[in-house]
Amino acid sequence: MKYKLGTMAVAGLMAASPVMADLVFPSLSYRTGPYAAGGIPFADGYADYFAMLNARDGGIGGVMTKVIECETGYNTEKGVECYESTKGEGSLVYQPLSTGITYQLIPKTTADNIPMHTMGYGRTSAANGDVFSHTFNYPANYWNGASGAINYLLNENGGSLDGKKIALVYHNSAYGKEPIRTLQELSAKHGFEFKEVPVDHPGQEQKSQWLQIRRDKPDYVIMYGWGVMNQVAVQEAANIRFPMENFIGIWWSGSENDVLAAGDAANGYKALTFHGVGSDFPVFDDIKTHVVDAGNAAGAGDQIGTVLYNRGLYAAMLAAEAVKTAQAIHGVADITPAQMRDGMEALEITEEKMAALGLPNFGPSFNVSCANHGGDGLVGVTQWDASTKTWSLVSDFAPTDMDVIGPLIAEDSAAYAAENNIEGNC
Amino acid sequence: MNEQLAFTIEVFANGLMAGVLYALVALGFVLIYKASGIFNYAQGVMALFAAMTLVGIQNGQVPFAHLINAIFGTDVHKFGWSVHSFVAIVLTVFVMIALAWAVQRFVFRHLVGQEPIILFMATIGLAYFLEGVADLMWGSELKALNVCSSDGTCLPQGMNMWLEGTTYEALGYGFFIDNLDIVASIVAVILVVGLVMFAQYTKQGRAMRAVADDHQAALSVGVSLNFIWILVWSLAGFVALVAGIMWGAKSGVQFSLSLIALKALPVLMLGGFTSIPGAIVGGLIIGVGEKLFEFLIGAPFLGGATENWFAYMLALLFLVFRPQGLFGEKIIERV
Repeated sequence: MKYKLGTMAVAGLMAASPVMADLVFPSLSYRTGPYAAGGIPFADGYADYFAMLNARDGGIGGVMTKVIECETGYNTEKGVECYESTKGEGSLVYQPLSTGITYQLIPKTTADNIPMHTMGYGRTSAANGDVFSHTFNYPANYWNGASGAINYLLNENGGSLDGKKIALVYHNSAYGKEPIRTLQELSAKHGFEFKEVPVDHPGQEQKSQWLQIRRDKPDYVIMYGWGVMNQVAVQEAANIRFPMENFIGIWWSGSENDVLAAGDAANGYKALTFHGVGSDFPVFDDIKTHVVDAGNAAGAGDQIGTVLYNRGLYAAMLAAEAVKTAQAIHGVADITPAQMRDGMEALEITEEKMAALGLPNFGPSFNVSCANHGGDGLVGVTQWDASTKTWSLVSDFAPTDMDVIGPLIAEDSAAYAAENNIEGNC
Repeated sequence: MNEQLAFTIEVFANGLMAGVLYALVALGFVLIYKASGIFNYAQGVMALFAAMTLVGIQNGQVPFAHLINAIFGTDVHKFGWSVHSFVAIVLTVFVMIALAWAVQRFVFRHLVGQEPIILFMATIGLAYFLEGVADLMWGSELKALNVCSSDGTCLPQGMNMWLEGTTYEALGYGFFIDNLDIVASIVAVILVVGLVMFAQYTKQGRAMRAVADDHQAALSVGVSLNFIWILVWSLAGFVALVAGIMWGAKSGVQFSLSLIALKALPVLMLGGFTSIPGAIVGGLIIGVGEKLFEFLIGAPFLGGATENWFAYMLALLFLVFRPQGLFGEKIIERV
């Protein structure tokens, strides 16, 4: 009886408590399972940036931030459960970190009036804000990636890829197939021969695919892989002595995890990116001082500066800047998810702003608008140095071919709008 | 040499090599199923656990470091030393024996006489438990695996240059074979010969076979069921370690290593669940079959990536004619 009374008293107190005045950022992380090696550094970077803002600045606009982590295991069902269990906490923006979860959450977040940020993944045509009111995929999407790779190769080949052969090694899933249409269009435009080489999940055995590449002798290989597929592909490419400098992965195939297992053989491998690499940025000093040294790091503090840690940190920084924008628009510090959406839609990232945040030249400058939720789609290229075990940026963040990508986005989003009876939001 | 013929031979040879790697995984399943009738769902996770333990010991990693640090507020991660590969392998074998003992003592000892489906469910639970323990013990990050001898020679990776050069001179086309696959094949042959000799010529091996034939009869003549099951799980743990090393050398040691079990299932269906030679022959047939199908039909006509489903289709096709698999025991039950 005492136990029951106690439970009722606690429940009553909880129900009567005012809503915590925190800026809540759910982190749908995956620290367990087959993809944990990629999920951990991202989640650490995301959490550490907000922890730094709390410790250094007292939060954002005077309101403390709070990260609620929910383990998805990179599983779509668990991801949706995480969304349902955290959306009532005042969650300002979701980063599902999975294309599968993203597809499930697009209608849910729209109905619940909570914005979602799918940075470099998810549904590419969500860049059309006129149709996808609550989904944002700035600063770049999969199609920008495909075009960015081709633009880079155009530069490498004096502006012409005529007569060249380019193979796409891709994860045989909705994600991996994303760039095919774009690359087909670009193949027709630039005159290169395009070859598709699918790899079935999980990609632990790719002998057939790389023997095929050995026979076909493409000039370049572009890869859209994930998880173990990346490590095996890099090793197999080295095995057949494919020149690593002609092998370019999308940003989900371009972390330390993807190249370390192959050792020296991975030297020269390239990957696309939409953010800076390494830890040579002032913000990391603040992270170390205010978070790691204070014992508040999300992980062991040993992931700082790795590609995926930086990506998590970059995502957190963009979310924080959207909060500031929303606070300025609405004149309140403790914003709602709907106001956060407005902030994301009016987000402007400039080099001056990045430098002031301790991230000079860390990412591209871009603007978001009601119609354009994808930003400017600027893409850079990084290269792996096996001797120093570091990535370095080997190109500028360059524009992608929006003449090709724009119509594809319009076509796909129009189909979604027709299926779901969506009228223009802008 | 005709180019298409050369490509076909190359694909065939690489299929054989891939088949050996599949067979390495399948062997662990066969050992346990043969001796105890348990389909060990956790075999893939055992390979992961063994490989993680090996790398952890090699690198001088403190086991359960995150847990220790979280509880005691310490900041320990490494002992500060590295262990030679051979010593690390021996220590890992001891860990796998301890695991075998624990599995027998805390799980299967309490399930003696239960239906096979109960035992199977127990191995599913074991798989999740072991995965969690491996995560807590060694962390989730990807680890490079280098098994090296005392003179610094490590597991070879990359194309066999001698073979490529020789075949190029002789046939006008240089064949590709991965050095690691050659090593895996040699190791697999040694492993199978060793296992067969152990089963045939040692007292423990004969006791193991007796338990496999009829565990009640074996019990009645004084064979310790507990000991035999620990022995079998230890052997399966050793096979898991070998599979973990070979697959881990290709992709690094990470949690998706446990998914290699998926590659063993069609091999078991085809070769039979109770035959060690069946695992090898099944592995070779699956390896060659899927690679040739991908090369001749899958990639040119079906868009590629046919290997996963074709392996299962091939196994099912065999099952139509031999439900017990190529080398499996035919079970006739009275109705």
